[in-house]
Amino acid sequence: MDVLNRVPVREQAAAERAHNFDEVCLGYSLEEAKAEADRCLKCKNPKCQTGCPVNIDIPRFIAKIGENDVEGAYNVISEYSALPAICGRVCPQESQCEAKCIRGIKGDAISIGKLERFAADYAREHGIRPAVCAEKKDKKVAVIGSGPAGLTCAGELAKMGYEVTILEALHEPGGVLVYGIPEFRLPKSTVVKSEIENVKALGVKIETNVVVGKSVTIDELLNEEGFDAVFIGSGAGLPKFMGIPGENANGVFSANEYLTRNNLMKAFLDGYDTPISAGKKVAVVGGGNVAMDAARTALRLGATVYIVYRRGEAELPARVEEVHHAKEEGVIFKLLTNPKEILVDENGWVKGMRCVEMELGEPDASGRRRPIEKADSEFVLDLDTVIMSLGTSPNPLISSVTKDLEINARGCIAAAEEDGSTSKKAVFAGGDAVTGAATVILAMGAGKAAAKGIDEYLSQK
Amino acid sequence: MYEIVEKRELSDTIVLMEVKAERVAKSCLPGQFVIVKTDETGERIPLTICDYCREKKTVTIVFQVVGASTLRMSKLKKGDSFRDFVGPLGKSCEWIDEPLPELKQKKILFVAGGVGTAPVYPQVKWMHEHGVDVDCIIGARNKSLIILEDEMRAVAKNLYIATDDGSYGFKGNVNDRIKALVQEEKKTYDLVVAIGPMIMMKFVCILTKELGIPTIVSMNPIMVDGTGMCGACRVSVGGEVKFACVDGPEFDGHLVDFDQAMKRQQMYKTAEGRDYLKAQEGASHHGGCGRCE
Repeated sequence: MDVLNRVPVREQAAAERAHNFDEVCLGYSLEEAKAEADRCLKCKNPKCQTGCPVNIDIPRFIAKIGENDVEGAYNVISEYSALPAICGRVCPQESQCEAKCIRGIKGDAISIGKLERFAADYAREHGIRPAVCAEKKDKKVAVIGSGPAGLTCAGELAKMGYEVTILEALHEPGGVLVYGIPEFRLPKSTVVKSEIENVKALGVKIETNVVVGKSVTIDELLNEEGFDAVFIGSGAGLPKFMGIPGENANGVFSANEYLTRNNLMKAFLDGYDTPISAGKKVAVVGGGNVAMDAARTALRLGATVYIVYRRGEAELPARVEEVHHAKEEGVIFKLLTNPKEILVDENGWVKGMRCVEMELGEPDASGRRRPIEKADSEFVLDLDTVIMSLGTSPNPLISSVTKDLEINARGCIAAAEEDGSTSKKAVFAGGDAVTGAATVILAMGAGKAAAKGIDEYLSQK
Repeated sequence: MYEIVEKRELSDTIVLMEVKAERVAKSCLPGQFVIVKTDETGERIPLTICDYCREKKTVTIVFQVVGASTLRMSKLKKGDSFRDFVGPLGKSCEWIDEPLPELKQKKILFVAGGVGTAPVYPQVKWMHEHGVDVDCIIGARNKSLIILEDEMRAVAKNLYIATDDGSYGFKGNVNDRIKALVQEEKKTYDLVVAIGPMIMMKFVCILTKELGIPTIVSMNPIMVDGTGMCGACRVSVGGEVKFACVDGPEFDGHLVDFDQAMKRQQMYKTAEGRDYLKAQEGASHHGGCGRCE
């Protein structure tokens, strides 16, 4: 075998998977994982670890796999992360750990994500759970939100011995892992459920159906319910729309709504009551990972699907792997195209979208080349459904009712990056609630930093 | 799990349930709503709060059977439980924050249509408990669809009943009754609060605009999460897009684009209606739910 090339990972064939919600990537077998692990150079000064937002000792866990000690590999990862089966699937490794891999300078970087996933899946399939803290501390922490930031913060604090309760607004824990990321990328009933069970096994309690800011306030949690500190990991926020004519027509959805109906409410499964107007001719506006998820979901529900994005392929914010998968499955990319108006029939339903072609001009504030309209290039896409995937704006639900909690210029909760501390005493925050929409692993990194910050705060108290 | 401690059938298709929900009962105020989910496979159904008891830690909901999910919900018995019951969601009524002496000076008319009587009740009750006298009209197609009459009579200063077919009270719709109060009985009002089917709220708003009376309505669009995340519930208010779940559910009725809101409510009607017909052949359903018309 050529050490320069990574061991390829098995996938469901594109033609087949385009019609089901089963996972696309099938993961490594033990033999494949060991072969990939053997490619690791075991660097004395491992750069990969510095690329990991939760600082996993990557060479150490890879070495364990090479030694045929997969349980040992899982235990190494568990020292740093409570959600390895999730991260192994949805982290953008190519821009983090794998981007720093020395092997990657000449040849393919080690497939760190796939190895992490392998170790975590092996542990789940063999009933191996992370070690529980023996020494309990007499302090209570409330964690708002059970997405990646909240689960990580809660898990870390529980490992330190704190009594932790997660308050979740929806009826299922998991946040974006459950409502946002589709089944075919992140299986819910196996992978997500099991990692949430692992966090609970550390002693974390989860109370669903609690909307903090409405059902109870942060001040009540601190003053009446006996919590010594609070972590806010409430997630991104309100979906953005373009503000073009026709956007309130029937058949126009936010990606959040479309994905929530399908993922959280399981509209794609028989026997679940929540309907989804899946559409036959669907355009997804946007080029991020969420746009790819929405497009590939619509495709699986039987639609012809376009991605409409105003910049070019090189500027697509989505992971290369996601774009590649979407193309393989048959999603049609209308790049350098911008919507001008959604056309509506007499009953108020979408019938098309008037678009204009774009070209790239000088770089803008984001450093990306600014798209400008091409003259006389308007055309109409024949559609029945439009899914807007343009990011989110902050949800004021918590900040508007919490005294002394400062927000930043963008309306997100202002929190220190190193320890998650906010302007309000005993209150910490992290994840999308602080940064705006970002990635699972960055939210986990913030949850972990805040857990450390909370521990320091409570140790001094 | 959230136990149903009391259940009453208010009409053939309208059901009242008092549900144990400690956190909601502790913090809710008039104008807010909850989302309920019967079981694992059920929908998340938004329902405006009809009553609450802080001591008993219960919240009362009233709903009309309009589809497969509400039909399933109506089969729950006293002692059964909802899998999920979350809230309070949305903003409470704006006037709760007004200084009481000023509020007491105001002449307020509540207009309740069909099952919309349920969300009006806690508002009128709050007024009564705070010494504010208000008038209230309850309107429905016929006598059998008039609900919560005794409860409302106990808290409203004047209660007027109107039925389309004249089977009970005034013969005519709520707009006819408003006109009679203002034009014939020479009543004056500083504020109208109208809650009922969208079509009713639309026409009340057209009338009160003519009469120059500021009017608040409560919107009940399609929702999923109810916390601002999905944007399904967007409503055009004064040309701006608002999310009913976090910006509302109450809005200035003179600014709401009702025609668009009514179209948006139709989005899943066909599928739902079919499910319902399958489940209960021959059952008729009309008016009052805010989901049909």
